[in-house]
Amino acid sequence: MPFNTPTSPHQLAPTSITRVMLLVILALVPGIGAYVWFFGWGVVINICIALVTALGCEALILKLRQRPVLPFLSDGSAALTAVLIALTLPPLSPWWLTVIGVAFAIIIAKQLYGGLGYNPFNPAMVGYVMLLISFPREMTSWIPPSALADSSLGFIDTALFILFSTLPDGVTFDALTEATPLDSLKTHLALGNTVDEVRAQLGLEEEASRILSVIPIFGAIGGKGWEWVGGGFLLGGLWLIYQKVISWHIPVATLGSLFIASSLFYFIDPEHYATPMFHLFSGAAMLGAFFIATDPVTAAASNRGKIIYGCGIGLFTYVIRTWGGYPDAIAFAVLLMNMCAPLIDHYFKSSVFGHKKG
Amino acid sequence: MTSAPLRLWDFHGGVHPEQHKLISTQEPSQQARLPRRLILPLHQHIGEAAEVVVEVGDTVLKGEKIARANGYVSAPVHAPTSGKIVDIAEYPIPHPSGLSALSVVIESDGRDQWVEYSPEQDYTEVNPSHLRNIIRESGIVGLGGAGFPAFIKLNPGSQKKIKTLILNGVECEPYITCDDMLMREDPQSIIEGMRIMRHALQAEECVIAIEDNKPQAYESICRAVKGIDGVHVALVPTRYPQGSEKQLVQVITGKEVPSNGLALHVGVVCHNVSTAAAVYRAIHLGQPLISRLVTVTGEAVKRPRNLEVLFGTPIEEILQQCDVEREQIERLVMGGPMMGFALHDISLPVIKTTNCVIAATRAELGLDRPVMPCIRCGACADVCPVKLLPQQLYWHARARELDKAQEYDLFDCIECGCCSYVCPSNIPLVQFYRFAKGAIWTQEQEHKKSDQARQRHDFRLMRIEREKQEREAKRAKKKAPRAKAAPPKAPPVDGEKMAAKMAERATEARESAAAARKTEIQAALERVQAKKKRAASNNSGATTGTATPTQPGNLDKTDDDASGSDSNQKVQ
Repeated sequence: MPFNTPTSPHQLAPTSITRVMLLVILALVPGIGAYVWFFGWGVVINICIALVTALGCEALILKLRQRPVLPFLSDGSAALTAVLIALTLPPLSPWWLTVIGVAFAIIIAKQLYGGLGYNPFNPAMVGYVMLLISFPREMTSWIPPSALADSSLGFIDTALFILFSTLPDGVTFDALTEATPLDSLKTHLALGNTVDEVRAQLGLEEEASRILSVIPIFGAIGGKGWEWVGGGFLLGGLWLIYQKVISWHIPVATLGSLFIASSLFYFIDPEHYATPMFHLFSGAAMLGAFFIATDPVTAAASNRGKIIYGCGIGLFTYVIRTWGGYPDAIAFAVLLMNMCAPLIDHYFKSSVFGHKKG
Repeated sequence: MTSAPLRLWDFHGGVHPEQHKLISTQEPSQQARLPRRLILPLHQHIGEAAEVVVEVGDTVLKGEKIARANGYVSAPVHAPTSGKIVDIAEYPIPHPSGLSALSVVIESDGRDQWVEYSPEQDYTEVNPSHLRNIIRESGIVGLGGAGFPAFIKLNPGSQKKIKTLILNGVECEPYITCDDMLMREDPQSIIEGMRIMRHALQAEECVIAIEDNKPQAYESICRAVKGIDGVHVALVPTRYPQGSEKQLVQVITGKEVPSNGLALHVGVVCHNVSTAAAVYRAIHLGQPLISRLVTVTGEAVKRPRNLEVLFGTPIEEILQQCDVEREQIERLVMGGPMMGFALHDISLPVIKTTNCVIAATRAELGLDRPVMPCIRCGACADVCPVKLLPQQLYWHARARELDKAQEYDLFDCIECGCCSYVCPSNIPLVQFYRFAKGAIWTQEQEHKKSDQARQRHDFRLMRIEREKQEREAKRAKKKAPRAKAAPPKAPPVDGEKMAAKMAERATEARESAAAARKTEIQAALERVQAKKKRAASNNSGATTGTATPTQPGNLDKTDDDASGSDSNQKVQ
C-alpha cells in the first residue's frame, strides 16, 4: 500500500491557536486578581456571564454559517474576547449589559466579518464602544475601590444585584458607585480645579505621600486600587512577552507614546495635566497596551509597523482622554488604529534578504 | 593553524526544532548489503538528465560509466557494482512529483569488481581545470541534498577571486546525521578533499562550519586540520536553517548574497563536507561517486544508524537491514523533516541526493491538526530566514494574486518550512508558495507559447501578403515588359526583424502599385530593390523604424516600430 505523501515540513512546533489564547487568558489572572481584591466579586460574575454568552453566540453563528463548531469554539478566541469585555465593564453592571456587549462583539464584530482571523476591528473594543455609546449611565457607574467605599457588597449580594438588580436593605446604588479617577479628573478639570485639588478630593493624597518617596517626580501613580490592577496587567503582559506570545513592540510603543505625550504636557502645566504615571496606571492603559492592542488579527504585522501602530494608540489615547468627550480612550484609539493597520502594513515592509536597498 | 576564533555573524529568523539526532548516532556507520538489483535513475542531480551509454545485456564493472553528462549542468552516472544491464526503462524515482523517469537497472553479479581506475598522484601539480574535469567525470554532485554538479561550483571563472571556501558541516535539519558521522569517522577524507577544492578555487582561506550539537565531529575535524594554514573550524550555534548556503555565508562572512546571485558573487564558495570527501576519492583514489552515507532513522526503525549505500539500492533493502517494522511506518521521508519529501513507495532507489530516510511512526508525527484561519500573529515573519512576509504571501497565493505574490518576493522563498513549522493555525504555508511558484511558471510558459503562436500567425499573414505581392508584381511585369527587375524575393525569414522589413517592403510595394499603376511601377520596383540592397548591406543591425503612412484598408500590418517589439505590430 502506498504511503501518504503530504508535503514538508513533516515536523511541527508544539503550538496552536488554543495554546496562544489560553496563555493570554492566563496572563490576565494577576490583573483580575487585583480587580477582585479592590472592586469585589462583580468582575468574576461578569466574566462568567460573558463567557457563556460568547461561546453560545459563537456556536450559534458557526452553526448558521455551516462551519465546524468544535474546532472554532475550542480555539479560545471567543473566550478571550468575553474576558476582555468583562474586564472593561463596571463591576456592578446588570447582566443584560454584559450579554448585549458580548453578543454584539461576537456576532457583529467578529462572525459577520468572517470569524476568526477576518475581523478588521478588535471585537472586544467594538462591543465596549457600542455599550459606552448606547448605555452611558450604566457604563460609567463604577464602584470605588474597597478601601474607599462606604459600603461594599459580598459575593452573593453582588450576584443578586447583577442578576436581579436587588440590593440589600439600606443600600442604594448611588451609595455604591462612583466615577472612575479618570472620569472625576476630567469633570473637575472642566470645572476649573487643578489636578492636586482633584487628587485631594479623590482621597489620593495619602497615597501620594506614600509613593512620593519612591517616585518623587510623579507623585501618586494612578487612581487608588487602579494602579494595582494596572500593575497586575503589566505583570501578565511582561510574562506574555517572555513567553513570546506577543512581541514588545506594540506595548512599548503604546505606553511609551502615552508616557511621552503626558510628560510633555505635565511639565508644561502640572496644574491642569495629570502626571504621566497617572495616565499609565489609570483606566485601561495597561490592559489595552498588553492585551488589546496586541490582538494580532487587527494590528499591524511588521515590527516597524507595530511601533507606528502602538504610537498611534498611545497618542490617540492621550488626545481623547485630555481633550475629547470621554474619560478613557483606549478603545477608541485601538479602533482608530485598527483602521490604519492595513495602510501601515502596506508601507512598512521589511527588506528581503539579498535585496540591497538602493 | 586554527588561529584566532572566527567572528561569527547572525542571520534572521530560524527555528529550533527538536533534534532527534541521537537516534541514529548510537552505532558506527556500516556498509549496506550489496543489493541484487539496482535501479539507477539518470536524473539524480540538478540540471539535465544524463544520457545512457550502455545497452540492455551489457556487462559493466563497478565504477564504469553508464550514462554521460548531457550539457554543462549535468552529471554522469556510474555503475555502483559489477553486473549486467537488465533494463533501461521508466521507473518511479524518488522525487516530490512521484513521477517515473528513465533508469538503468543493473543485476549485480555479486563480485563487486572494480573497473580499472587511475588516481592522480599529486593534485597540486594538476591544472585546476583538469581537476574540475575529473570531478565532473566522476559524477560528483552536492551531497548536502540539493545535488548541484560540484565541478561548476569549483569554477570561479577568470575574473572572480575566491576568498573563502566554506565546508558545510552544519547539518541543521533534525534527524540527519550522515555528515556528523562522516566528520567523526573519516575527517581525513574531508580535509584532503578540502585541500583539492581549495587548490581548484585558489581560495585564500577555508572555514569548516559545524553546529554545536555535534561536539564529537567538531573535535574530530579540529584534530584533522591541525597544522594546516588558513583553515578555521567554526562551531556555530545550532539553528535551522543555518545549513542553507546563503544563510551560512552570512553567518561565516557577514556578507549577504544578493537575491538571484550566488555565493560566488561575494567571493565565497560553499560545499558540503561529504562532497569534499567524494572529491578526495575521485582525485586520490580515482573512484567515481557510486555510494554515499545515508541516515536510516525514525521511530519505526529498530536499529537506526548510518549506512554506506550504493546508489540504486532500493530503500526497502536498507530499511530491512536496519530492522524496520513495515506496518509501523506512517510516513516515509527522504531528506530531513523540514525540507524532505514523503515517498509513496518503499521500493524507490537511493540516489545521490538521498542523505536520510526517515521511517516515521504515527505517534512521532503527532495527530493531524486542523488547519485554522490565519490570525496574523506574525510568527512566520519572525522566523523567515529570508525576511519575507509569509502572511502576505499566503493571502496572495491563496487568492491567486500571482503578481502581488511576486511583488512580495515569492521567488526569494527557499521553502525551508520555518513558517509552516511555527504557524499556530497549522497552515501549510510552504505548500501555498510552491503552488504559487508553479502557477507562475505555468503562466510564463503559456505566455511564451502564445507569443510564439502570435509570431507564427504574423508570419503567415505576411507570407500571404508577400505572395499576393509577387503575383501582382508578375502581372505588372507582364503588362510592363520594360520593367527589368524581378519582383522582390523574400530573404529567408528569420525573426521579427526580417518580418518587419518584409512588412515594410510589402507595404511600400503595394502602396505604389495601388497608387500609380503602370507608370510608377518601375520606380516602385527600383525603390524596392534599393531597399533590399540597403537591407542586405546592414542586415546585422536592427531596422530602424521607418514610418510608413498607413492607409486604411490597404495594409494588413502597420509598421510603426520595427525594432522588434512584438506587441507593437498590430494585426488589423
